[in-house]
Amino acid sequence: MEAHLPVLVVLGPLMAAPLAVMFANARLAWWLAFLVSIACAWFAVNLLLLVQDGGAISYELGQWPAPWGIELKVDRLNAIVLTLVSAMSAIVLPFAAASVSDEVAPDRTYLFYTCWMLCLCGLLGITVTGDAFNVFVFLEVSSLSTYVLVSLSQRREALVAAFRYLIMGTVGATFILIGIGLIYMMTGTLNMADMAERIQATSHLRPVQAGIAFILVGIAVKMALFPVHMWLPGAYTHAPMAVTAFLAATATKVAVYLLVRFTFTIFGAELIFGTMQVGMPLALLGGAAALVGSLMALSHGTDVKRVLAYSSLAQIGYMAVGIGTGMVLAFAGALLHLVNHAIMKSALFMALGAARKQGRDDTLDPLAGAGRRMPITMTCFSIAGASLVGIPLTAGFLSKWYLVVGTFERGWWALAILTIITSLMAALYMGRILERIWMHEPDAGTPTSEGSWLMWLPLVVLAVANLYFGIETEFTATVTLEAARELLGGWKP
Amino acid sequence: MVEQIGVFNYWIVIALMMTGLYVVISCRNMVKKIIGLNLFQGSVFILYISMGKVEGGTAPILASDFTSYSNPLPHVLILTAIVVGVATTALGLALIVRIHDRYGTVEEDAIQNLDREV
Repeated sequence: MEAHLPVLVVLGPLMAAPLAVMFANARLAWWLAFLVSIACAWFAVNLLLLVQDGGAISYELGQWPAPWGIELKVDRLNAIVLTLVSAMSAIVLPFAAASVSDEVAPDRTYLFYTCWMLCLCGLLGITVTGDAFNVFVFLEVSSLSTYVLVSLSQRREALVAAFRYLIMGTVGATFILIGIGLIYMMTGTLNMADMAERIQATSHLRPVQAGIAFILVGIAVKMALFPVHMWLPGAYTHAPMAVTAFLAATATKVAVYLLVRFTFTIFGAELIFGTMQVGMPLALLGGAAALVGSLMALSHGTDVKRVLAYSSLAQIGYMAVGIGTGMVLAFAGALLHLVNHAIMKSALFMALGAARKQGRDDTLDPLAGAGRRMPITMTCFSIAGASLVGIPLTAGFLSKWYLVVGTFERGWWALAILTIITSLMAALYMGRILERIWMHEPDAGTPTSEGSWLMWLPLVVLAVANLYFGIETEFTATVTLEAARELLGGWKP
Repeated sequence: MVEQIGVFNYWIVIALMMTGLYVVISCRNMVKKIIGLNLFQGSVFILYISMGKVEGGTAPILASDFTSYSNPLPHVLILTAIVVGVATTALGLALIVRIHDRYGTVEEDAIQNLDREV
């Protein structure tokens, strides 16, 4: 059992998905998805414990030895991402059970959960695989099911958003495919570890450098980095609430993981930051994303879901800045922010979903006075909001602190100051929403009570996680700093 | 000149890739966007198939008369990518059918106007 953990993480959801289609029953499909997510989270935690001492687990699929066969590889970095993705799926699914009935046609609900499982399978597959072509295949498994998940919302805008996402997503994935092809052409291998060795001798060749550029641009589309982010606000705004909460926590995070994996494990910091000088442009794009995302969030004051979507754009920007600096501290901050942003943003989306489910629109006005009627939900919203701004004693503070200090250390003080300014802008747009929630009298549109426990329990879990990781920083800080040091491999700008 | 003819496949790849990408970006009609996407993906298929060619190599079937074979791996890889491409096209077209049902048009500009009116 223990030896097969890496493949079980992928096989679980892959096997459960067709079962859900065969039984064609919404309730059964939900239980399958929930149990499979719990199982995956359990596998992932076990893997995390196994690799915690710094060792890596290699699994040969079908016992074909690497580099010829497909290798699954788990180390500290992707064990964290595996745990995050599967745990977020397990946490958001109870919320989905309570909220999808309003948003998805009843006869399609079982297909909704089927696509959810396929999406989970793809995301976990991208994370666990040690084979570059496998990345593309799993990327498309997760992307295709994501397009369907977005389009299943009954609003017609969702269809257009899903279509735009499909076009952008496919172009991005095809860019990654071209890049992998060009590098395969020169190195003759698809195994990541093998490729990492062979690419050093061929890194001066034009096809390899073009391949690297294609891969980086493709990943940038997938993680919605400015200026190739156009699919994200629409998809997040019009998708069913549960899907937005799940995607915000996982899809872009896995893309950021992919960027880290390709940049540091395969290409190496020396090649990317030294020879190809990608660090500065990446950080600048990240800074631009933070600025544009925050400005757009400020200007969309009336549509809270859209505000949160644009704020995601800014958070992705922070991660790009952290990776681009090539400093241990800022990079650790980016990794930390990857986890923190997942738990804060899905909490925010779920709280908003709960409020909307209880009879309100997701525009700013009907949220007025919601704090008095839904104290649990809105307290969780406020905690996650504080974490998003980066208030001390919440999870968001530590990651932003690392980011800012690391960027200053690199000497890019303008970017560091930009990070602080955009955080203040986050305080403005979050503050505006919180003021409506807590300071205003409930009016006729305000619902009378808290939603079902299925909706607020996952929220409480995430809010507590936000506080816990903000106060008990020892563990997360050590793990991410070690991971950052290991990935940078002693490279100094 | 001879070298240029030798990389003829790759010139085709570049031409198709740029045509496809241009169609995807510039066309406001959704069906045309899908056609552009297919051109774009098709160019990648040719790229992969071309790179498997080994000079003087024959089809990768074991036979006593031949010692040099073309690399079959890229062909197998691209078979997967073709399947993915078909699935993407099918999903894209299905979305267009649903969009046409709800909006009565598949032109991006018209859809934007309809969304703005609401």
